[in-house]
Amino acid sequence: MYNFEYKKAGSVDEAAGIVGADDEAKLLAGGMTYIPTLKQRLAAPTTVVDIGGIGGLDGIAVDGNGVTIGAMARHAAVAASTDVAAAIPALADLASHIGDPQVRNRGTLGGSVANNDPAADYPAALVGLGATVQTNKRTIAADEFFTGLFETALGQDEVVTSVSFPRAGKAAYMKFPNPASRYAIVGVFAAQAADGVRVAVTGAGPCVFRVGEMEAALAANWSADSVANIKVSADGMNEDIHASAEYRAHLVTVMAKRAVAKAG
Amino acid sequence: MTVSVSLTVNGEAVSADVESRTLLVQMLRENLGLTGTHVGCDTSQCGACVVHVNGDSVKACTLLAVQAEGADIKTIEGVADGDTLHPMQQAFHENHGLQCGFCTPGMIMSALDLVKNNPAPSEKEIREWLEGNLCRCTGYHNIVKSIDAGAAAMRG
Ligand SMILES: Cc1cc2nc3c(=O)[nH]c(=O)nc-3n(C[C@H](O)[C@H](O)[C@H](O)COP(=O)(O)OP(=O)(O)OC[C@H]3O[C@@H](n4cnc5c(N)ncnc54)[C@H](O)[C@@H]3O)c2cc1C
Ligand code: FES
Ligand code: FES
Repeated sequence: MYNFEYKKAGSVDEAAGIVGADDEAKLLAGGMTYIPTLKQRLAAPTTVVDIGGIGGLDGIAVDGNGVTIGAMARHAAVAASTDVAAAIPALADLASHIGDPQVRNRGTLGGSVANNDPAADYPAALVGLGATVQTNKRTIAADEFFTGLFETALGQDEVVTSVSFPRAGKAAYMKFPNPASRYAIVGVFAAQAADGVRVAVTGAGPCVFRVGEMEAALAANWSADSVANIKVSADGMNEDIHASAEYRAHLVTVMAKRAVAKAG
Repeated sequence: MTVSVSLTVNGEAVSADVESRTLLVQMLRENLGLTGTHVGCDTSQCGACVVHVNGDSVKACTLLAVQAEGADIKTIEGVADGDTLHPMQQAFHENHGLQCGFCTPGMIMSALDLVKNNPAPSEKEIREWLEGNLCRCTGYHNIVKSIDAGAAAMRG
């Protein structure tokens, strides 16, 4: 790991100020993605700004509309939250299957969405539920937030502070996990979301995406059979030693069926 | 950049001046001589380095020492009571839960975090909990047996 300057931010504004003034400065949340990146020397920041000590960023609040979760909320806290489990059980279930217990004890919601790994789980929940991301500057709809491979709508001086998930009707997430890391080879979040049926796919392509044809079929008839014969194209899908593009495309239909069946 | 890091490790206040890039596991092993915490990979996947930070199991290879400033750390060296093994350690001994022993400190620290919240885990729950702990020797079966027996001994 290259050496760097370490700063512990006392507030979101302070953190945003440091990364805003220096393109080579980087935020550090749970570190479950960024520290492995540093260890591999894939990044050489001037300054690492630790946002783990900022108070009030890890809350979980439930109201009539849904659940608002602070950016520094650990995956383990979301998985264990009885409030989340009561309001949106599919969300608590998704969090409980991220990585392993030690990753869940450190990794955060904000870090996961800001990183936008193509195989991360949370992006499927944000897009599958029609969530909104709150930053220090603005509110961004999930559909506009995830813009490409490891790319988001966030500016250099923007810090995610929380994510609001609206309540849904039936909803479930199913993933085909990588056998070593548990990242999604393909994960599908299917929901009767607040603004209509949503089917969000992670792991398969460079970035989370929706499958409109499945959404229309499920809106007409919410059953696993409705999506059983809807195929997605393998063009542009991810390909690695674990799964070919064709296999990933096939898994999208299988995981969508299983997610709808799980949702009931 | 050098930073001063103060921790409580196995009940003792310690501090060291380290580079900001120093990982917690490096500080434990190289500055404090606590070599029971192992490093088995470069990818945060093997769990040989698991310690408790403020009571929760974490990978000491994926946390900067300075991030742990002020924290209460427990390593495998802090688990036994003098020469008397902790019931979880004793259970690994009795159930052949180790062969080379490289993964064992991480397995035990992980297992202790499991039983903290779930004193009587099922076999399935034990296996799921060990997703972040790799063992190249045992095939896991006796590790699962050990944790089951250790949890039973801890319940008394
Ligand atoms: C072995 C292993 C297995 C894993 N398995 C899975 C899995 O199955 N599914 C899955 O989804 N993930 C998995 N992960 C990743 C894990 O969920 C990470 O915790 C998560 O992707 C990043 O969160 P973090 O808090 O650790 O962020 P960090 O690593 O601290 O930061 C990641 C990036 O986000 C930026 N950032 C962090 N917080 C903010 C913020 N509030 N605002 C703006 N930018 C921010 C940082 O600057 C950095 O670029 C795994 C990780 C490991 C090591
Ligand atoms: S050394 Fe492998 S996970 Fe820490
Ligand atoms: S006993 Fe050798 S790696 Fe587990």
